[in-house]
Amino acid sequence: MLELKNISFGADSNGSYKEIIRDISLTIPDNRFVVITGPNGGGKSTLAKLIAGIEQPTGGHMLLDGEDITNKSITEKARLGIGFAFQQPVRFKGITVLDLLRIAAGKTISVSEACDYLSEVGLCAKDYINREVNASLSGGELKRIEIASVLARNVKLAVFDEPEAGIDLWSFKNLIRIFEKMRTGNIQRSVIVISHQERILSIADEIIVLADGKVSKYGTKDEILPEIIGSDHVKGVCPKVEEGGNCDV
Amino acid sequence: MSELSNVQLQLLKEVADLHEVPEGAYNLRSNGKSVSRNTTANINILTKTEGSGIDIHIKDGTVNESVHIPVVLSESGLQETVYNDFYIGDNCDVLIVAGCGIDNCGTQDSEHDGIHRFYIGKNSKIRYVEKHYGSGDGSGKRILNPVTEVYMSEGSTMEMEMVQIKGVDSTHRTTLAELKRNAKLIVRERLMTHGQQNAVSVYKVMLNEEGSSADVVSRSVARDDSYQKLDLCILGNADCSGHTECDSIIMDNGRILAVPSLEANSVDAQLVHEAAIGKIAGEQLIKLMTLGLTEQEAEEQIINGFLK
Repeated sequence: MLELKNISFGADSNGSYKEIIRDISLTIPDNRFVVITGPNGGGKSTLAKLIAGIEQPTGGHMLLDGEDITNKSITEKARLGIGFAFQQPVRFKGITVLDLLRIAAGKTISVSEACDYLSEVGLCAKDYINREVNASLSGGELKRIEIASVLARNVKLAVFDEPEAGIDLWSFKNLIRIFEKMRTGNIQRSVIVISHQERILSIADEIIVLADGKVSKYGTKDEILPEIIGSDHVKGVCPKVEEGGNCDV
Repeated sequence: MSELSNVQLQLLKEVADLHEVPEGAYNLRSNGKSVSRNTTANINILTKTEGSGIDIHIKDGTVNESVHIPVVLSESGLQETVYNDFYIGDNCDVLIVAGCGIDNCGTQDSEHDGIHRFYIGKNSKIRYVEKHYGSGDGSGKRILNPVTEVYMSEGSTMEMEMVQIKGVDSTHRTTLAELKRNAKLIVRERLMTHGQQNAVSVYKVMLNEEGSSADVVSRSVARDDSYQKLDLCILGNADCSGHTECDSIIMDNGRILAVPSLEANSVDAQLVHEAAIGKIAGEQLIKLMTLGLTEQEAEEQIINGFLK
């Protein structure tokens, strides 16, 4: 269970202090699928980074299963079971997909196990396992490998920052299946996804709408989704894609 | 190899991946003397009658064979210059593994300057691996100044893997190549310097005839207070194609001068160069830290991958 108590975060911007996250309190119980949505600039990605330890809060407390993790480092939070998938995956010269999955798993996993994680994200494993995670991969391929690196970690809490950005419909359908599987697995694990996608919002247990650094709405999918459908920050899938074509969803 | 000490065996493992006596032809040089040698029906190794070193003769049509010529120095203060000449016949396909390991626990400088000359016959394909390694905690320096000269006949191919990752205090590497019609040279150099080390690597590749090509890529990491100069030059003297690239990671107080250069002496020469120097990207460290590595472990993974 993740608890955020009065979490704030601010930073200097053009000489003046700007508060990006304002006094947020939230509880995310185990085995829950939570989608955070809201307008751009509302603080969604910053909140995800605070949870993963990439940014440190300027106020408040953060607890994971009752343990205070407020000022823990990225590495410490990762070792306590927090996983984070980047919105813009990072490229590495010389590090192969297999290397990355082995680092993620924290042990020498077999090629066959690594292939299972790649198949999960819709990549043909034999084509990718020995490829370098570098600029030769497309944005969509990198995104799927990024998600596979979180799957390989077997975490308590997985945070995905806009996983749908830059992938095609086929992968997108796979993605929803991956999230459902993460939820129904035996491990008590929660998933937080930052998303504008109606499809992802529709499989949530709970939806949080973040605007201007504050929680503007928080409730079950059935309560929140009807209120926000049709708003600017909730996107449907392009009709061409629905017909089976490819499109950047 | 039972007469070798543990230090020498460790050096051999580092420079030639050798744990046992290699299969095929080999010549092992230890502390200034040739200590064991094997020749095959197709590969002969002869001690030079004048000067120090060996001549390696590979017959026409020799395929799927290998030659190992590792050198180990474990006595402090030993300084030597050795000439090794490879005469490779036509239509060969051979792996050549060279390399030098120096362990210097003493106070005097140890230096090995290996001069390797390759005369490659028509349509032959050579893979050449050269690794340099230093160890020992003495104040004496470990110095390696290798010179490699490659003369490539029509249609021949040479792939060179040049590696110096650890422990060499001072190095000045010079590689010269001359290519004839349709000859192809591929170089992958990997270099890491640390402490107060100084490394200079100079390549001069001459594409002299139609259809010749070269791809010379150096990846390097300069840590601590070390200095590197990478001077990679391709000369296009005919209808040819060449690419040279220096890609470097800089850390701590390291310094790097990257000078990829081109000289076109023919209107049909197609030459490209590129160079990049930068520190490890912060987001790369963060990504690996979110997978549970410490910052230092993340750094090591990034460097190991980069130099792989």
